[in-house]
Amino acid sequence: MSERALFIDYARCIGCQACVQACEECDTHRGQPMIHLETIRRRDSVQTAPQVCMHCEDPICAQVCPADAIKKGPDGVVHSALTHRCIGCSNCVLACPFGVPKYFAAIDQMMKCDLCYDRTSVGKKPMCATVCPSQALTFMTPEELERTRRGRAVNEWVFGEERVRTKVSVVVPHEVKEVHVNLVQLGKRREKAEPDDVAALLEEG
Amino acid sequence: MAKLPIVTERLIEEFGPHLNTVPPGGFAPVGEPDRVVETHCCFCGQQCGIKLKVKENKVVGFEPWEEFPFNQGKLCPKGVKRYMQDEHPDRLKAPLLRAEGRGFVPTSWDDALDRTARAIKSIQEKHGKAAFAMLGGASLTNEKAYLVGKFARVALGTENIDYNGRLCMVSAAAASKKVLGIDRAANPWSDIPKAEVILVAGANIAECAPITTDYLWRARENGAKIIVLDPRMTPIARTADLYIPVRSGGDIGIFNGMLHVMIERGWIDRKFIAEHTTGWDALEKVLERYTPEHAGKIAGVPPRLIVQAAELWGPARSSFLLHARGIEHHSKGVDNCMAAINLVVATGRIGREGSGYAMITGQGNGQGGREQGQKADQLPGARDIENPEHRKHIASVWGVPEAVLPRKGLSAVEIFEAIHAGKIKGLLSICFNPMVSLPDQDFVREALEKLEFYATIEFFMSETARHADVVLAGSLLEEDEGTTTNVEGRVILHRKVVDPPEGARADWKIICDLASRLGYVNKFKYDSPRDIFEELRRASAGGISDYAGITWDRIEREHGVFWPCPSEDHPGTPRLYEGGRFGHADGKAHFQPVEWRPATEEPDEEYPLVLTTGRVVAHYLSGSQTRRIGGLVKQVPEPFCEMHPRLADKLGVSEGELVTVESRRGTVTVKAMIVRTIRPDTVFVPYHWPDERAINRCTIKALDPVSKIPEYKICAVRVRKATAEEAAAR
Repeated sequence: MSERALFIDYARCIGCQACVQACEECDTHRGQPMIHLETIRRRDSVQTAPQVCMHCEDPICAQVCPADAIKKGPDGVVHSALTHRCIGCSNCVLACPFGVPKYFAAIDQMMKCDLCYDRTSVGKKPMCATVCPSQALTFMTPEELERTRRGRAVNEWVFGEERVRTKVSVVVPHEVKEVHVNLVQLGKRREKAEPDDVAALLEEG
Repeated sequence: MAKLPIVTERLIEEFGPHLNTVPPGGFAPVGEPDRVVETHCCFCGQQCGIKLKVKENKVVGFEPWEEFPFNQGKLCPKGVKRYMQDEHPDRLKAPLLRAEGRGFVPTSWDDALDRTARAIKSIQEKHGKAAFAMLGGASLTNEKAYLVGKFARVALGTENIDYNGRLCMVSAAAASKKVLGIDRAANPWSDIPKAEVILVAGANIAECAPITTDYLWRARENGAKIIVLDPRMTPIARTADLYIPVRSGGDIGIFNGMLHVMIERGWIDRKFIAEHTTGWDALEKVLERYTPEHAGKIAGVPPRLIVQAAELWGPARSSFLLHARGIEHHSKGVDNCMAAINLVVATGRIGREGSGYAMITGQGNGQGGREQGQKADQLPGARDIENPEHRKHIASVWGVPEAVLPRKGLSAVEIFEAIHAGKIKGLLSICFNPMVSLPDQDFVREALEKLEFYATIEFFMSETARHADVVLAGSLLEEDEGTTTNVEGRVILHRKVVDPPEGARADWKIICDLASRLGYVNKFKYDSPRDIFEELRRASAGGISDYAGITWDRIEREHGVFWPCPSEDHPGTPRLYEGGRFGHADGKAHFQPVEWRPATEEPDEEYPLVLTTGRVVAHYLSGSQTRRIGGLVKQVPEPFCEMHPRLADKLGVSEGELVTVESRRGTVTVKAMIVRTIRPDTVFVPYHWPDERAINRCTIKALDPVSKIPEYKICAVRVRKATAEEAAAR
């Protein structure tokens, strides 16, 4: 059987922030959550989305780091910046296509989600995926995911011209083979009626 | 006295709520704890398993408890941060006496208990036993709830004992008893993922029962269709197969309308109805009028949504219906629930794997809290206080003549009405914070101020405790041991994690100490909560909620035992009504025909909007605990008023702007939160906050005639931009 891996299933997320509250309980960064929970557009919808580090095969954060402070282990886990090397320049914060690394001014360092290395390296699940009430974040084998989820797991991303493969996968509808993020469209207002507008649902027809 | 001894600001300065933002020892890694204790979360009826880490008798952190079957390690933010209520700067560590102009001063336990006992005796001698009331709570363990009921009936001799479950589960309880014969979720949660169609009515599962979310999503992965009824598009509703934005209080339109369509299309189980039910003909007659058009008008939704719901629900082979406060908090709360249950029974899809029904219990021990006898109309074992056989059994367990047991007393809100009217002069409360949780806050305050004597058992100075003459410093759940009964009817064990701080005392000991001062030392001789549980087993034996076969050892071994469990070799009963055998004496389900009627206060020209209230995920009930936990307050720092952009445009209000919500009873000024996910004729404000932030200043003191639950989910309000004075007063 394959190793267990982390999956994000956005359709399940209920925005409860259990992941954020639990992330900051981890001994390696206690008091500071590394996970992000995005409220997409609260005015229009209750949709939310958790964002952990995707642990890129060729991490962009490491590529842009001038101090060579960001290391990927043989198990594919991309770690927080090495304390002695990180110069706090925030290149990684700006470059990460998923917006994951965080700069902490108090310590002039970057820190990020390291897949709960203290837990996963000893066979436990990451904290966020353990507590997540909706299991939008889940830690299981790909076979188990295949068996228990309707969608398929995808770890291929296309950002404009750039292709990225990640250790963490997202669960998407079966017809989707890779996730295209068209940067030009970000922030553009939708023309059509909002799908989650209750007033529209109440209208006849 | 029951008036504030000094101004609120000074009380807050001394007793909080202050925020606990840093765990004991700071944010340094916990390292190896001395002990890791497997126990349960205190916040909500799901009662998730959790492990608490202990170092030097301090709770220093948590660890998910993945082996506990209900939640398998999953927790909501309240569960994650629950340990931050320990080692809290606001923790009460001595009995306190009210001191006019000074606030509260510590005293000895003997003095505090003597004063309380003297006041009780003096009031009862002058005004009769019933002039002293007691209020309990559904966050208490079964043992404490049992003790509260026994203390009130035996030591106080008062009929006026009720509990804050009156604000929570009583409509569901009454409806379930009337139709099905037993007040309990009919199925274990493990049945939910096996259903083909799931109907969620008035339950914001994502925020109020987050762990249930995974059960729903597992059903969906298996192909289930999900229908959600709610005036707000909740996170579950967002991706439901059918979301019906029902007008608050219009649920009967949906349920009766669905059943009307199902009869027309032949989607009811006539064989099951004939063999296992009564009352169908009367129901069918009522349903004739509930055409989709008529039903749609009642529900405030397009009729086609009702037809679609019937098309999903009707022909399914298995189904599960879940409801919560959204349909229960009404002056027709019992009727709403009965209409929902009719929909289940008419299909015969109950009492088998993957098919059934459940109310989603809200409070920590919402289920057990109402079974052990602290409810005005019940004795332990969910027995009826007016039933001579039931009275005889309990009287014999307690060793008192049946005649001395009081009869049915007043419900929680009625107790406050009687206090206001000067009929009840004294009050003892535990685990109940009416100065946040009861409707029409000005009335509640007026009532409290009329009390001659008020004592309360509390671990934090709640908003209500501020009015007390004596505050008895009690215990947190983790500072004692005892059982609770979760949302499924599974009896579980809270292990003792740490000792209470020096100066505070375990709740059960305080109650026993008071009983002995009232002359009942022999009736309250217990060594431990386990000792109380042993008596509770005997008291519940032969009752509806029969715990006779449940032992603490079994609970530990089996990860909980479902009642009824009449003997130690009985496996417990995860699923009720198997084989179509219902809880009534005739073994049948009793259909209850239900007609819709308006709410007590519908919107009108003067107050044109529907106000509905509820919870947010970061807070629990009156917030007395969660408003003291930094991480949770950061997540949701204050109440807000959700309104649709169409309404906001009409009012000229923009996002985050302060608005004043006004009803005939009071006003509250909060920030506007403008969202398309709510009906344009409705506003929503969460209720966890006190004083000038309390939306319960606006809500109405209207009760369901049967369950006596207040109508929190609908009253009439108007909303406008806040004035400069109102904004400044916040």
